[in-house]
Amino acid sequence: MLSKIKQLRWQEIATPLAAVILALIIGAGFILYVGENPLAAYRILFMESLGSIRNLATTLQRATPLMFTGLAVAFSYRAGLFNIGAEGQLYIGAFAAAWVGFTFTGLPRLVHLPLAIIAGMIGGGLWGAIPGFLKAKLGIHEVINTIMLNFIALYLTDWLATGPFHGGSWVPETARISPTAALTRLYPPTRLSTGLYLALAAAFFAYLVLWKTKQGYELRAVGLNPQAAEYGGINVARNTVIAMAISGALAGLAGTEQILGLHQKFIVRFSADLGFMGVAVALLGKNHPVGVIFAAILFGALQTGSAAMDRLTSVPRELITIIQALIIFFVAAEYLIRRMLRMKEEA
Amino acid sequence: MDKVLEMRSVTKQFPRVLANDQVDFDLNYGEIHALVGENGSGKSTLMNILYGLHQSDGGEILVRGEKVGIREPRVAIDLRIGMVFQHFMLVEPLTVAENIILGSELRKGPFLDSKRAIQEAADLSRQYGLKIDPTAKIADLSVGLQQRVEILKALYRGAEILILDEPTAVLTPQEVEDLFEVLLALRAKGTSIVFITHKIKEVLAVSDRVSVLRRGKKIGTKATSETNEQDLAEMMVGRVVLLNVDKKPAQPGEDVLKIKKLSVKDQFGQLKVKDLDLNVRSGEVLGIAGVEGNGQSELVEAIAGLQKTAGGNIFLGDQEITDWSPLKVREAGFGLVPEDRHRRGLVLDYSVADNLILGLHGKKPFVQRGMFQNHKAIQKNAEELIEEYDIRPPVASQPAKSLSGGNQQKIVVGREFSQNPKLLICTQPTRGVDVGAIEFIHKQVIAQRDQGAAVLLVSAELDEILSLSDRIAVMYNGQIVSVMPVDEVTEHKLGFLMLGGREEDYEAGEVDGNAKQD
Repeated sequence: MLSKIKQLRWQEIATPLAAVILALIIGAGFILYVGENPLAAYRILFMESLGSIRNLATTLQRATPLMFTGLAVAFSYRAGLFNIGAEGQLYIGAFAAAWVGFTFTGLPRLVHLPLAIIAGMIGGGLWGAIPGFLKAKLGIHEVINTIMLNFIALYLTDWLATGPFHGGSWVPETARISPTAALTRLYPPTRLSTGLYLALAAAFFAYLVLWKTKQGYELRAVGLNPQAAEYGGINVARNTVIAMAISGALAGLAGTEQILGLHQKFIVRFSADLGFMGVAVALLGKNHPVGVIFAAILFGALQTGSAAMDRLTSVPRELITIIQALIIFFVAAEYLIRRMLRMKEEA
Repeated sequence: MDKVLEMRSVTKQFPRVLANDQVDFDLNYGEIHALVGENGSGKSTLMNILYGLHQSDGGEILVRGEKVGIREPRVAIDLRIGMVFQHFMLVEPLTVAENIILGSELRKGPFLDSKRAIQEAADLSRQYGLKIDPTAKIADLSVGLQQRVEILKALYRGAEILILDEPTAVLTPQEVEDLFEVLLALRAKGTSIVFITHKIKEVLAVSDRVSVLRRGKKIGTKATSETNEQDLAEMMVGRVVLLNVDKKPAQPGEDVLKIKKLSVKDQFGQLKVKDLDLNVRSGEVLGIAGVEGNGQSELVEAIAGLQKTAGGNIFLGDQEITDWSPLKVREAGFGLVPEDRHRRGLVLDYSVADNLILGLHGKKPFVQRGMFQNHKAIQKNAEELIEEYDIRPPVASQPAKSLSGGNQQKIVVGREFSQNPKLLICTQPTRGVDVGAIEFIHKQVIAQRDQGAAVLLVSAELDEILSLSDRIAVMYNGQIVSVMPVDEVTEHKLGFLMLGGREEDYEAGEVDGNAKQD
């Protein structure tokens, strides 16, 4: 029996791992096609992303927001909800954090920074709760609403940052946040900040809530079988709103970290699809907080390494986007991979 | 007598189970051979091998005396073997005739020759005495009639050997009667029939011979006339089984459940329960007999708080619980074995332990410090209930979906019964459950009654209603049309009332019936 459980765990990891390897193999074909040595290119990719502490720090810095958005998607998914609105929740959270950051001055750091973080969480959380509420009360599917709310969030923050809260320069951004609201840089000159600790804490929090609390028991029951949950006295509507609010808060933290750690001000459309990447990260991480951490680091490493590969070889950095897409493709095609694994077992 | 079919020491190994272990099986021309066994005993596997859906790992098959290799259903069909599955394979928007000819369509040029299709379907139905309207749409037919179309489909393809996989599982008692008539008519025309079931009464009612499988092995084959219910149950389970529930007379107390003028609509807004009155006393089992779909489900869901009422009042003890939330109703002393354990009763992906606290998960000792789950208490609870309710395999961490139907039901029963609720509702408590587990669940129901619970039993199995209930209420068209003590009830009278007959009419007619018997 125990070996069976171990086998299950192994299977959980085997699929994403196989997906990554397969994607790299196909990527090697592309590299050959452009006339480079795949092994050499991958060596550069690896060394430049994980080969030194400095490179590792850059990788982690890029991975941090993906951890948050990956957790956001994974958390809602466990409750049976597909949150494609992480991008929008991220923008609202980011703006809320930035607003607290540049509006209040003269606060001690110990008050200002937590205040800005909480604002980011609340911003994203409320933005996430809206589709949760619409689903719970009116039965409108969350996928539709989260997509719509992405656009609203995007244009709302566009307007806020170029209109009422425009920083005054010629670029579409707000004023800088007060240094008392900024996250501490961990390894200058890289821009890795204490936001990483926040992300790890968020992963631990998500794990704790989902698997160690009554709330998590209810959320997962709603996700797996809402009718049985209802029969068991679980309020499905309330859990839907809670799941979306927590998911939104996690996405809001992604934006918060980007503002307080990286940009130090709200820049219009700074995210470049961090929220959508969260869907991929959650998928690759099998919707488990630990998996999400590793998936985010992998994606961070690929992005970090791709710049160097682009610089040092004739392999274009777009290759990495292809590899990322292939990874997602193969994870989604889990069934296919499982069959290949089984065939190998039998052979 | 010549055999139309012989299977000799057929063996089938699945990754973790030996599904068939050197099973011999044969079928005479023009006989009905029942194949029985508990869930997972290998009956369906054996027949799937015959129909070419599985390949055996050993043994041989002879059809009409010739050795055959059946690689796929196509080969089986060519050998004039037909199979009717539990889950029908019909195209719902198409007509009966179109479904029957599907795969061998009659053409007139490039077009379908509908007229001839209808004609052929009508001829076939007349030839075998299976009445059906060839132009009706499948979606508009009852389950029983859909099954008839499946049988006709097999006959249209020339089936002389007909395999029916648990055909009665989806039928109402009336439809079962009809099916048996059809089987007897087919036998009279020379069709040889394999009838898979785990219901012993059905075996005795319709078969010529019966073979029993247990854990992949054949236990024996007997002429139906030379065996009986007790004998077959023991062969199936492998030990002595008490078929009749052993119970003392009820000691009913005061009303625990009182329902006044209750109305409930279903999800489509149809009124399914209409001004219904009912009461259940502590220490008694009240059985609701009725053809499924007469409002039983809606009645139960309304009491449980899972469906809003459209009028009337529900009282649990002295409290009015009308439209309370499911949690509040539970906390007022209510337990429910839902009719569909997969849909309502279990989170299949949760472990046995987690399922054993569903609905109690917010209560002490399963929660500590207000929000954290107490995994030790959850584990202890699981171990106790697994032991007490004999849940197998006895592993608390196993996902519920990996257990057999009977053991899944024991999870639900264990969880609900262990709370010693004031009011216990059991809907279809033994549906799809093995003989051995049925015996166990029945005992537990009576134990709850004897501890003073008011038990409301809803079941499509008349036997179950008759053997467990102290009083029987007949539900028809959303209303309780009659309530009577169990000793004043006959199966015949129940059947009459369940189909909408009026009690007065029955009393009038019954005199004649008695006179004849005397």
